Amino acid sequence: MPVISLNVNGKTVSVDADPATPVLWVLREHLNLVGTKYGCGVAQCGTCTIHLNGNAVRSCQLPVSAVGKNAITTIEGLSENGDHPVQKAWIEQDVAQCGYCQTGQIMTATALLKSNPNPTDAQIEASMSGNICRCGTYLRIKEAIKTAAKQM
Amino acid sequence: MEKNKTDYNRRAFLKSTFLAGGGMMISFSGLAKLSLEDKINPADLPADWHELTGYIKITSDNIIKIFNPNPEFGQNVMTSLPMIVAEELDVDWKKVVVEMGHHDNVKFGPQFAGGSNSVRMYWKPLRDAGAAARNMLLTAASQTWNVPVEELTTKAGMIYHEKSGKSGTYGEFASKAAGVSIPKEVKLKDVKNFTVVRNSQKNVEGVKIVTGKPLFGLDYTQEGTLIAMIQHPPAFGMKVKSFDASEILKMPGIKDVFTLKLYEDGFEQAGFDTRTFNDLLVVVGNTTWQVMNARKKLKVSWEPKGDTKDTMAGRNGKREVIVPGALESTATHFAKMKEYAAKPAQLLRKDGDPETAFKNAAKVLERTYNAPFLAHNCMEPMNCFAHVTDDKALIVGPHQAAGWIEPTLSKVLNLPADKIDMQITRMGGGFGLRAYGHTFVEAALISRKVKAPVKLVYTREDDMTYGIYRPIYTATYRAAFDANKNLIAFHVKGGGIPEHPIHANRFPAGAVDNYLAEGWEIPSNITIGAFRAPRSNFNAAAEQSFLDEVAEAMGKDPIEFRLELLKRAKENPVGKNNEYDADRYAEVLKLVKEKSGWGSATNKQYSRGVAAYFCHNSYAAHVVDIIKKDGQPFVERVTSAVDCGIVINPDAAVNMVQGCVVDGIGNALYGELTFKEGVPEKNNFTRYRMIRHREAPKKIDVHFVQNEINPTGLGEPPFPPIFAAVANALYKSEKKRFYNQPFSNDLQKKS
Ligand code: FES
Ligand code: FES
Repeated sequence: MPVISLNVNGKTVSVDADPATPVLWVLREHLNLVGTKYGCGVAQCGTCTIHLNGNAVRSCQLPVSAVGKNAITTIEGLSENGDHPVQKAWIEQDVAQCGYCQTGQIMTATALLKSNPNPTDAQIEASMSGNICRCGTYLRIKEAIKTAAKQM
Repeated sequence: MEKNKTDYNRRAFLKSTFLAGGGMMISFSGLAKLSLEDKINPADLPADWHELTGYIKITSDNIIKIFNPNPEFGQNVMTSLPMIVAEELDVDWKKVVVEMGHHDNVKFGPQFAGGSNSVRMYWKPLRDAGAAARNMLLTAASQTWNVPVEELTTKAGMIYHEKSGKSGTYGEFASKAAGVSIPKEVKLKDVKNFTVVRNSQKNVEGVKIVTGKPLFGLDYTQEGTLIAMIQHPPAFGMKVKSFDASEILKMPGIKDVFTLKLYEDGFEQAGFDTRTFNDLLVVVGNTTWQVMNARKKLKVSWEPKGDTKDTMAGRNGKREVIVPGALESTATHFAKMKEYAAKPAQLLRKDGDPETAFKNAAKVLERTYNAPFLAHNCMEPMNCFAHVTDDKALIVGPHQAAGWIEPTLSKVLNLPADKIDMQITRMGGGFGLRAYGHTFVEAALISRKVKAPVKLVYTREDDMTYGIYRPIYTATYRAAFDANKNLIAFHVKGGGIPEHPIHANRFPAGAVDNYLAEGWEIPSNITIGAFRAPRSNFNAAAEQSFLDEVAEAMGKDPIEFRLELLKRAKENPVGKNNEYDADRYAEVLKLVKEKSGWGSATNKQYSRGVAAYFCHNSYAAHVVDIIKKDGQPFVERVTSAVDCGIVINPDAAVNMVQGCVVDGIGNALYGELTFKEGVPEKNNFTRYRMIRHREAPKKIDVHFVQNEINPTGLGEPPFPPIFAAVANALYKSEKKRFYNQPFSNDLQKKS
């Protein structure tokens, strides 16, 4: 298998994987970065959301061979000490129930706030509707995004 | 202050030991009074189920570690259960370190998350444990300082003797306290003096969650772990006939392809040893992606398995159950259910003379309600890690009741239970599905076969099409009225595949003179099991919609009508075994009425629906407010009132109720799994519609009845009544009644 070089969370890493492997599985199984979650594998749930050059993408749909020099950021690389304003807002609003969807929610929310620092409720709803929360924490997700927006 | 016997029985123990390096460790045990309901069959519980033990560790430098005994699947017990210990121990919550207890039914008790039982069953033992440890620390301090123990006080992990001005940390006395004998009786705090419990505390795993730490079963791995997946039959009622793996064995990373049996013939299954498919076709490889790809190229021929026999273990001896082999379809399910509904059924409860009352009625209202199979769709698909060798097993995974699986693993692997090390991970949802053990047994058998550590992974498609579903249900309700529109008789006849949904002793039983409840069941090969508030989740939907129509037929306000019935049930109850407390039931209705501004002109813009329900020893009522958005009805706002006794962690409890509301609206509107010739017709979120962010209400106001009753369930009770509150609000909005879930089907038909 070819060795593929990637830029993940600011570091250059190389992985030995089938070029068609989705980045999701490369992160989880080759690089042991398991904060990026598997939920559906078909772009429907958002648990696998990462940033590619700062934009939210679904890592289950992104073959590792397509990444090239683009910078990957995962939840592990969002902040050094878990103190990104969005992460802090998530704690402040005590959003999580089971917590499984939340890293994907946070990655989507962070990308939203980067492109739109003061989103309206409707914009939050539109941006966040690709991320399923089976536990139903949507109201708190919205509140956390608004809390973070004030701090960013 | 409440005095409490620590009532440690013969089998239970309370032990205090010295910690290496100084400090104390106290293991505690006590009897939790359990009353289980719904899907939990007491006959299937381990004999020492009620034995309950756990740990507190206090080091000499005053680090307080409290182990959470019970599995965590989003109900937040990692935080709420240790809070209970911390309260009676009287320590500063900020200084407490919480750790998940290992699976160990001797040390930690039942370790069962389900039936909204976690707080209810651990409440007293955890209070006792905290109080006992505090008591021992005080004894140690009184001996050291040579002062009467009665003169000592504690606050936030410190011991004070006011007269002498002495003070010290718990840690200073912990080693000595470890040698103090265990108190036979402890004094518990007055609820009014609580400083930790009843105060909102943040999720102790919040930071780990938002930073993506490996918390879940699917995140667990070890050096050399292989990935395994099961290629299950495409339809319920099928099994593997033959397969050809020659091509995929050449694919990179693929290690092995084989079949094995989950249970040998005649294996006595306990209640949670469900087997969906007994012949497992397994693909094992290095990575998930490699195995996923190989499965696509695996050539398999399937055949109908025909009728099979399950041997079920039980306290009254084993019994055999025939599982029909025919391939089932939703259309035939409905036809069959109609047929059964017309036949005589099993009598579940009868008060008065309902037959005569219906015969003599001036008017009879009859309505039928239907609800489909539902998939659990936990966000984390089913998985389990296993490393089984000849003499021991390590099993790590997300499970609601590891203690129920361990005896099964012990039998299947032929290993003594003490050679099986089970570790419970945080679960990415459970909703009942993770109480069942087949995934764990499958992983263990696969590891034994390939002689390597293995992680069994279900893809989302596997998870959805290889499920243990919420059954399909139907119920017909009838109400009889006299010439003055008084309700004189009530009849419910419900059935399902393969179980009926009826809770015969729930409201309005007890409130109507002539009452009849009946149930019937149709066997099936589609596996079913507990789903958030089993049976209640359908009962409430149907009954509370029907009561709305009954109130309307009587020209009464739906809340006032229910309150009248509850008054009757309290003052002059009909029949025996009424499960609910009429006062508490009425209280949540009154609270939701007040908080929602029911009947007030300021809410005119909303189409409003109300419903209430009792289950899992708690009471919940909701008012749903619908508006029109782009011409479609939209649940804009919900007001909820809940009585679950003492609320341990208020803000987290609000989160739980909001989650129930969102989940309930989602399932009421969209949840549905249909079958065609045994094949589940949805296999991923592309077709299985889940409620999305934009479909959730804008506001969910949650109110708790304030009382000092010992805490009862919360993860389930608010869920069932939301279905009916939605249905009743939709009626106001759409001017027609909604009898069939999911309601979006009928909404679409209309537009
Ligand atoms: S796993 Fe990628 S969107 Fe669901
Ligand atoms: S918190 Fe459980 S899926 Fe979102």
